[in-house]
Amino acid sequence: MRFRFTDTSIDTAAARHEVLDAGAGGYVSFEGWVRNHNEGREVTRLEYEAFQALALREGERILAEAFARFPVKHALCIHRTGALDLTDMAVWVGVSAAHRGEAFAACRYIIDEVKHRLPIWKKEHYRGGDSGWVNCEHCAAAPRSADHAAHADHADPAEAR
Amino acid sequence: MNTSAVPVYGLILAGGSSSRMQRDKAALLYQGAAQLDRAFDLLARHVSRVFVSLREAQTSDTTRARRPLIVDAATFVDEAAAAGAAGGPIVGIRSALAAFPDVAWLVVACDLPFLSDAALEQVLTGRDPGLLATAFRSTHDGLPEPLCAVWEPAAAAALSAHQRGGRSCPRKFLITHPVKLLEPADRRALDNVNTPEEYAAAKEALDTADPPAHPMQLTIQYFAILREQAGRSQEILETAAATPADLYAELAGRYGFTLAREQLKVAVNSDFADWSRRLAAGDSVVFIPPVAGG
Repeated sequence: MRFRFTDTSIDTAAARHEVLDAGAGGYVSFEGWVRNHNEGREVTRLEYEAFQALALREGERILAEAFARFPVKHALCIHRTGALDLTDMAVWVGVSAAHRGEAFAACRYIIDEVKHRLPIWKKEHYRGGDSGWVNCEHCAAAPRSADHAAHADHADPAEAR
Repeated sequence: MNTSAVPVYGLILAGGSSSRMQRDKAALLYQGAAQLDRAFDLLARHVSRVFVSLREAQTSDTTRARRPLIVDAATFVDEAAAAGAAGGPIVGIRSALAAFPDVAWLVVACDLPFLSDAALEQVLTGRDPGLLATAFRSTHDGLPEPLCAVWEPAAAAALSAHQRGGRSCPRKFLITHPVKLLEPADRRALDNVNTPEEYAAAKEALDTADPPAHPMQLTIQYFAILREQAGRSQEILETAAATPADLYAELAGRYGFTLAREQLKVAVNSDFADWSRRLAAGDSVVFIPPVAGG
């Protein structure tokens, strides 16, 4: 499985070991971390929830696309679910390839597609005690929000967390 | 049925060139869904694994590429060509038998829009694993129908000999080999669609078919904001909703969902689906709010 979930902290050393390859001259990894602010609000912790049956299927498709587009040796993506605190790692992507260029490009492709396509949801808890589902609370009044348009065509080069 | 029978996987033959149709038959829409997807879902209800058979040149086609694939093996393509035979369905069937030598294959063409659960159930339960294949007898000419049939592992060698003899017709193979033939209970299930006129007639018949007379049972799973607003993560529901769009309208009314349908995607049986797809009893439906992974 080149895409998987974990409900405990991501073991990056073990994950890196999975993409080691004697034919690889470069390795690129990306870590997404829980940040203490979002859209002007002070964030204290997060919860991730996933529709795993579909996310695993779509995640494998994304990884397969990365292999089809870039000459990489190995690629792996691990996503957290459950409750996370500030500075915890929410997602890890690792790619090995013969050369650094394709490793960077494939890693970027995977994290961008994962953010846009996988049925994973994030609930932010704010200082003050209230909370909200990211992308779901404020756009309710405006069905055709810019954010939704970005989801539709995947054109938005998603900011890494 | 012999209890020592090997397991059966499903194979959808989608390697044709659709030359008479002048459009890809796998992508033709019925009841809002592509025929390849309809065939895939149908087979998946009867066998544990389903594959799409296709030619090497078709592997990047988007209708096909998202499914597990069995590509026509070059050895068999070359062997058929060397013997002066066309490739066609036999190469697809041989490639599947070679990929999984200990599996029998429920092989169906992807131009059978009326193919039904009843027909698949009949061929699977009527199967004789001691023969080379189990097939239906055509309601039109009484001859075997090769493209909704179970092909046993033992057929591999005989198919190879058939093809090396310059023969490419799977129907001729069934006529000349030991196979079991069944009288189809669902007489329309094997009507195939080859021309634009036949497509128009079949689409009309299926799209205007009466919706289920009785409410059906669906499983709905809720995630994230919808789970909180519905106050539950799953329910089994009796509904007359014909499509996911109808179903969302019904549930939004009941639970006061704040998200508009245009903000959501929908999954049926754990894969993305069209809002206009016709729901079937037992389907599992998930509405997908705007996502925020990463």
